[in-house]
Amino acid sequence: MKLDSMYQEIILDHYRNPHGKGLRDGDAEVHHVNPTCGDEITLRVRLDGAVVADVSYESQGCSISQASASVLNDLVVGKPVGEAQQIQEAFLELMQSKGQSDGDEDLLEDAVAFAGVSKYPARVKCALLSWMAWKDATAKALAAHPA
Amino acid sequence: MTNLTLPGLLDTDAIRKDFPVLQRLLHDDRPLVYLDNAATSQKPRQVLDVLAAYYEQHNANVHRGVHVLAEEATALYEGARDKVAAFVNAPSRDEVIFTKNASESLNLVANMLGWADEPYRVDADSEIVITEMEHHSNIVPWQLLSQRTGAKLKWFGLTDEGRLDLSNIDELITEKTKVVSFTLVSNLLGTVNPVETIVRRAQDVGALVVIDASQAAPHMVLDVQALEADFVAFTGHKMLAPTGIGVLWGRQELLEDLPPFLGGGEMIETVTMGSSTYAPAPHKFEAGTPPIAQAVGLGAAIDYLSDIGMAEIAAHEHAITEYAVNRLQEVPDLRIIGPNTAVDRGAAISFVLGDIHPHDVGQVLDEQGIAVRVGHHCARPVCLRYGIPATTRASFYLYSTPGEVDALIDGLHHVRNFFG
Repeated sequence: MKLDSMYQEIILDHYRNPHGKGLRDGDAEVHHVNPTCGDEITLRVRLDGAVVADVSYESQGCSISQASASVLNDLVVGKPVGEAQQIQEAFLELMQSKGQSDGDEDLLEDAVAFAGVSKYPARVKCALLSWMAWKDATAKALAAHPA
Repeated sequence: MTNLTLPGLLDTDAIRKDFPVLQRLLHDDRPLVYLDNAATSQKPRQVLDVLAAYYEQHNANVHRGVHVLAEEATALYEGARDKVAAFVNAPSRDEVIFTKNASESLNLVANMLGWADEPYRVDADSEIVITEMEHHSNIVPWQLLSQRTGAKLKWFGLTDEGRLDLSNIDELITEKTKVVSFTLVSNLLGTVNPVETIVRRAQDVGALVVIDASQAAPHMVLDVQALEADFVAFTGHKMLAPTGIGVLWGRQELLEDLPPFLGGGEMIETVTMGSSTYAPAPHKFEAGTPPIAQAVGLGAAIDYLSDIGMAEIAAHEHAITEYAVNRLQEVPDLRIIGPNTAVDRGAAISFVLGDIHPHDVGQVLDEQGIAVRVGHHCARPVCLRYGIPATTRASFYLYSTPGEVDALIDGLHHVRNFFG
């Protein structure tokens, strides 16, 4: 069934047990909204020198947006900012692939499970909400504390 | 699907044959179950044929030119105005203004009042009253007017049951109130509002009444004289017509007194470099080439609806709504947002299903061929009022069947199993 390509078990697992959820101290905070569906996220980034020390968030939204925030947390926390930005760009590229890419599993790990979502234009924004919030918050944190 | 019959149902087997898109099969050859009628309706062959014939045989610009096609196009366009006037029981055809949709109709009223002379002028001493259940199209134009004039914007609240809270009507609508604007039927809650109570109070203080009938005109007998409103707005595409055609009905003496909003061709009497004088209503409010084919299509849609009968359509939808409201409440963890009976209620039913997000509900329903709307339905204040981010909405029309309600219920059980 086609639905299973979107709702992979790994996505449903992250949705049911999100990693890193909750707001903790950060160097920058952003609030992003998906105006077409009302999904919202408040996200904070804390940097330790040039390393992403923490990504914390409060969010409401569909399973795709919630799971995506959880995977984001897994993938970027503990990574050098430059490497995390590469992962973010790779995820963005995957989500814009319209189902034509499987994603680089070495780089994206669990996030390749979202490849199926890229076939559903209405849901791509759900998957990207937390990632765009992270990109924005990281830029703010870097501006406040140049690495 | 089942062949359940309910009292008041129309012959949907016959009606559905008129709608080509309803024959479509979606994923894995599942029949389309179209339950997104509050967003837009499907179009019958009779409307599609009239559109094609207009472009193939009669296309020309209206109200100018003396050639055959120009005269035919003008007659068809103005004939559509006659059909709308009869459909809403307008005292005069000149009270029917064509716009592109209900949003434009409501923006037009707001701008007429913002630029009007006394006694209609909305200014810093005025108050505007709307309700918490409005579609954004009946909120934002008034917010803009309020911001630009300094007028105070006031709101009717909602009860827990999804009805207007009228307990403070005398404090809300006062001598300062210049205009009261509210929806006849809520697009999210389905609530049918008590027009008479609000109109009485507005008339007592001399306020104008604007009614958003977007969710009413497709579904029930609409009589602008019985409503006693000053303006009534609705859109064509929710009532079997094409997109791009809306209506603003307004009382003749108001349309004569109030100033135009958009200027341009068609709406003038004479133009000099110094100034212009304007055509009489409705043309004063129809600047530029209008949506001609779309208006003709609206006329064809009105013919189709009138042949079946608006009272009969209302009875059909009431039967379907009652069945759906009852069956939805069989689904565990399902909470209807809005009245949970079919009394004073339209055929749009919003609900939340446990903590499964409406996006996920809609996606899994879509896989079964069931089209519903998910989100805040352009009525975000309602979602905030009931503490929910969004809803799933199923909305019915004259071609909806009890079997489609059953398909929705089966689909919702599947959604629960999928995310359970």
